[in-house]
Amino acid sequence: MTIAMQKFSDLDALYSEKATVATSMYEDPDLFKEEMERIFRRTWVWVAHASEIPEKGSFKLSTVGLEPVIVVRDRKGEVHVMVNRCRHRAATVCEVKKGKTSSFQCPYHGWGYGLDGSLRALPYPEQYGDDFSKEQHGLQRLRTESYAGMIFATFNEEIEPLEDFLGPVRKWIDLFMKQGGGFPVKVLGEHQFTVPMNWKVQLENTTDAYHFPVVHKSFMQSLDGETEEIFKFLDTGKGFVEDLGNGHSVMVMIPELIDLDDNLDAPIPERFLELAQELRDDGYPDDQVRKIVRAVGGAGFNLNLFPNVSFSLAFFRVLTPVNVEQTDIRHIAIGMDGGPAAANRMRMRLHEHFQGPMGFGSPDDAEVWERVQRGTKGGDALPILVNRGLVDEQPGADGPRGHISAETGMRAAYKMWKRMMSV
Amino acid sequence: MSTTTVTNDPALLQKVSAFIWAEADLLDGKNYDAWLALWLTEGYYTLPIGDGDDFDNMLNLCHDNDKMRRDRIARFQQGFSISSAPPAQTVRTLSRFVVTGVEGDEVKVRCAEHVIEDKFGRQRIWAANVFYTLVASGDGFKIRTKVVRLLNSEGMLNSFSYLF
Repeated sequence: MTIAMQKFSDLDALYSEKATVATSMYEDPDLFKEEMERIFRRTWVWVAHASEIPEKGSFKLSTVGLEPVIVVRDRKGEVHVMVNRCRHRAATVCEVKKGKTSSFQCPYHGWGYGLDGSLRALPYPEQYGDDFSKEQHGLQRLRTESYAGMIFATFNEEIEPLEDFLGPVRKWIDLFMKQGGGFPVKVLGEHQFTVPMNWKVQLENTTDAYHFPVVHKSFMQSLDGETEEIFKFLDTGKGFVEDLGNGHSVMVMIPELIDLDDNLDAPIPERFLELAQELRDDGYPDDQVRKIVRAVGGAGFNLNLFPNVSFSLAFFRVLTPVNVEQTDIRHIAIGMDGGPAAANRMRMRLHEHFQGPMGFGSPDDAEVWERVQRGTKGGDALPILVNRGLVDEQPGADGPRGHISAETGMRAAYKMWKRMMSV
Repeated sequence: MSTTTVTNDPALLQKVSAFIWAEADLLDGKNYDAWLALWLTEGYYTLPIGDGDDFDNMLNLCHDNDKMRRDRIARFQQGFSISSAPPAQTVRTLSRFVVTGVEGDEVKVRCAEHVIEDKFGRQRIWAANVFYTLVASGDGFKIRTKVVRLLNSEGMLNSFSYLF
């Protein structure tokens, strides 16, 4: 441990003042262990959206860093996050990914836990003696808080409240959630794929507009002309990237779609005309049709949260580190809870178009992320550059603001990385 | 996935097997224009996530109508998609054919599919249950629906640069 501490004492060598990243940041297994301890166990980590556990007894499995957890709603509606490990001999108490239950029972010796993780009963308790305390043998619980339906958990009892941790991110979350189109946002499903890359390669990517016209050329070519124009945000140069503090950042690609309640009188884009007509035929009034149709296309920005979740145009991107050279990615589709089925159908088709193992976008992303990891096998001493856009970065509302293609968001994340690794 | 009576007609079994093997040969050979020609325009090519079958109203890995099938093939062929230029190479087998129903000129058949892919010298293996609705056409068939249910479809997968 002392050796490891010494090894990483020179954090400036790993992320320099000149915004360069050392190759070992992507491939040192000891550094990865330190990150899991110092970052993923000590900060707020996204675990679920409230709509994934809608009812009393609803649960889903998730992770906080490397640790498997259960996210569950109890009988009072309160959400608990607990380590998925029996307090007796460590067996997982749940291997169902998602469902509804009244309790969790360990399959090995039958220890039974309530929805809040408390140990309710165990077979033949007398062999532990009279002073055995059930209170002290509940599932290990994490501190749990949520904002706008996004549930976060942490092992760190000392950390600031979630809302303070988010700070200026909150107003962007509020804007993002307007794509409910007047309905609550609901998870509709998810695409999952694992990629042989370090987790920070992914952390960088959601705040990287620079790659879009290169990596996603084949996606752009499959769009109609009007939509293709929208995605030419590097050419228009109207967007920006802003550091929001605590490692978070926002990348605005389409400024007209920051606030989905604005410009509702604008003509409905051609690709949504059929949906708009379907909604009118279903009896939705014109102003609601416009609101829903505008929401279906998603927001005009990516909101990148440190360390594991991103609100990306029209979906949530979640990363889970597996080991130093492997990261699991989830692309969670969202829609309108109680909204028109036709609108949710269109959202799911748009999600399938770009995202996931068979999408027109994700496989190309996965390829270049893997190429980064493969490339780091050579030229160990060469720096990885995240200094793009420093030339004309200006103070923004909440932090440094750079060009749409600037690496401002990556620098925000690495500053936070350094801060957390130094304590 | 309700199955009607299982048909034990050797001639029909041979005919659908021959069609599906020929399709597999096109896919391994990435002969996609010929593959597109196997389809009825109204057909859907679907890789669902999980057990559901209301594909329109659920999130799938893909749920392609005619336009999406053509766009997908164009993406493979144009050379701008880094994941498919070059794509993984595949070798697949399909077997365990069961004709589950015959109605008019329509035949429903299910089978097992194993695909081994190779890229960067790394091989991955995939298994799926595949469900076809075929419509008799000339000497062979056209595809009305093809549903590929990958094992672990609702778990962690990789990205695919080819078709199943």
